[in-house]
Amino acid sequence: MISVAVQKRDGDFELDARFESGPSVTALFGVSGAGKTSIVNAIAGLVRPDAGRITVGDVTLFDSATRVFVAPERRGVGYVFQEDRLFPHLTVRRNLRYGSRRNGGGRDAPDFDAIVNLLALERLLERLPHHLSGGEKQRVAIGRAVLSRPRLLLMDEPLANLDAARREEILPFLEQMCRDLAVPIIYVSHAIDEITRLADTLVVVDAGKTLAVGAVSEVTTRLDIAPLTDRRDAGTVLDGQIESHDPTFQLTTVSFPGGQLLVPAIEGRVGEKLRLRIQARDVAISTSTPSQISTLNCLPGVITEVGIPRHAHQDILVDVGVPIVARLTLRSVADLGLAPGRHVTALIKSVAVDRNAASLD
Amino acid sequence: MLSPLEIEVIALSLRVAFWAVLFSLPLAIAAAWILARTTFPGKVIVDGALHLPLVVPPVVVGFTLLVLFGRQGAIGAFLYETVGISFAFDWKGAALAAGVMAFPLMVRAIRLSIEAIDQRLETAARTLGASPLRVFATITLPLALPGIFAGTVLAFARSLGEFGATITFVSNIPGETRTLPLAIFSLTQTPGAQDAILRLVLISIAIALAALIVSEMLSRRVTARIRGDAA
Repeated sequence: MISVAVQKRDGDFELDARFESGPSVTALFGVSGAGKTSIVNAIAGLVRPDAGRITVGDVTLFDSATRVFVAPERRGVGYVFQEDRLFPHLTVRRNLRYGSRRNGGGRDAPDFDAIVNLLALERLLERLPHHLSGGEKQRVAIGRAVLSRPRLLLMDEPLANLDAARREEILPFLEQMCRDLAVPIIYVSHAIDEITRLADTLVVVDAGKTLAVGAVSEVTTRLDIAPLTDRRDAGTVLDGQIESHDPTFQLTTVSFPGGQLLVPAIEGRVGEKLRLRIQARDVAISTSTPSQISTLNCLPGVITEVGIPRHAHQDILVDVGVPIVARLTLRSVADLGLAPGRHVTALIKSVAVDRNAASLD
Repeated sequence: MLSPLEIEVIALSLRVAFWAVLFSLPLAIAAAWILARTTFPGKVIVDGALHLPLVVPPVVVGFTLLVLFGRQGAIGAFLYETVGISFAFDWKGAALAAGVMAFPLMVRAIRLSIEAIDQRLETAARTLGASPLRVFATITLPLALPGIFAGTVLAFARSLGEFGATITFVSNIPGETRTLPLAIFSLTQTPGAQDAILRLVLISIAIALAALIVSEMLSRRVTARIRGDAA
């Protein structure tokens, strides 16, 4: 159990963050400058908050009331930075081993070979960082932090400085790590797709404040939070499982608590669990039951909430068994007279299959 | 090829410069680190004081050393009584004078190289459980090596050439404090010694050049290792 409550004033910027999270992966989400990095720096002990309290398990790392401030090297908090920060004069092997001298406080040291294997670093061990690609460097940085036996692992946008191809190269490693490690992770990102792939708990940070804390699928459907998520990325996260495959039309049926969705054929056995993401702009609303329409996924539901207008758009929350966010133009909302309580049909134009959650439980 | 007298002068000069550099090096690294990585009230004054030997006339430094480290001097008397070390009219005094004069150059070179190290690497090492001392020993020091080599060679060359402070502090005693520059100076006072002077001048140039070349080679090797060019 991680509990964070920190306040810090830095010029005009005021940080006032509080959240609690469990033993798995917690995402800190927000736009650049929202204060995400300040929060993880406070947890790592790299900045000293003006007031507050930070505890991991039963260990207090910072408490302004009792004047406790544990030095960063004694916190047992691993940190993967945005930049790889590999030591240029040490080989990959020695970089990886740098933190292994840390007193683990009874925690088992992760097996060196297992981590090297997991991150596919075998061939790189004797090289110097200078000879590695950006993606390889970041993999080494992740391994180095993990091998230091942290009680908590912080990752501050570890993929932000990589191009799309490198990100795709590393994400599977991260997913694997988040699954396999018995270490709680706090993962900072402003990319909602990374978060839905990796995290279980979502903390939304804006202007130095923690606005929402909860399960990823829960927080992403809150309309008051939606404007904060990258506008194009707003959407709904659903946990479902494979129901059946249709080889004729190359489609897979996925069931979720509200019903079923048809998606282009995906790999996986029947019963396998998945996480799906439906972008709000890919959801249309009809007030009648549509027939003769190309859209495959038409889900009946009830409008539960109408968000505040933003520019030409407005977010609508439709309960089809689970809440789904639809982004409509103000004009459509007015023309159709959409309001809470109204029965409608949600037309879902496309579904992204974000992660194979099969081995997560 | 070299006369016994020349060999004596060269050996003495190398000995003086060697000990001057050896004793200044740890102090210079400490001073450089403090100036590069800490802030404290009065830092400007400390920084200025460290540079003094570079800007005041060497005679002034020599005289100050004489006052402080002479047999009757505040520090000199204490050292003589407690550990029996005497600097006055002794090659150790020449080494002290050379070390003091070369100190600012050494600190400067090392400080620049420490300042060039990305502090984020040191922060990363802290998050991996390294104490500030271990961070210094395993990250800062190795990455500052090129600057440390450069500073050492600069200081060594400066020590070999030290004249004003040395002659003021420990005089010009053959076999004891008469280093290369002092020997050249003495010969200029002797009629008909042009050839002997020329030989010593060439020897001075040769030693300085050799030191520079060795340092350059070492520094290149270290830099290449850090950048990974020659792995």
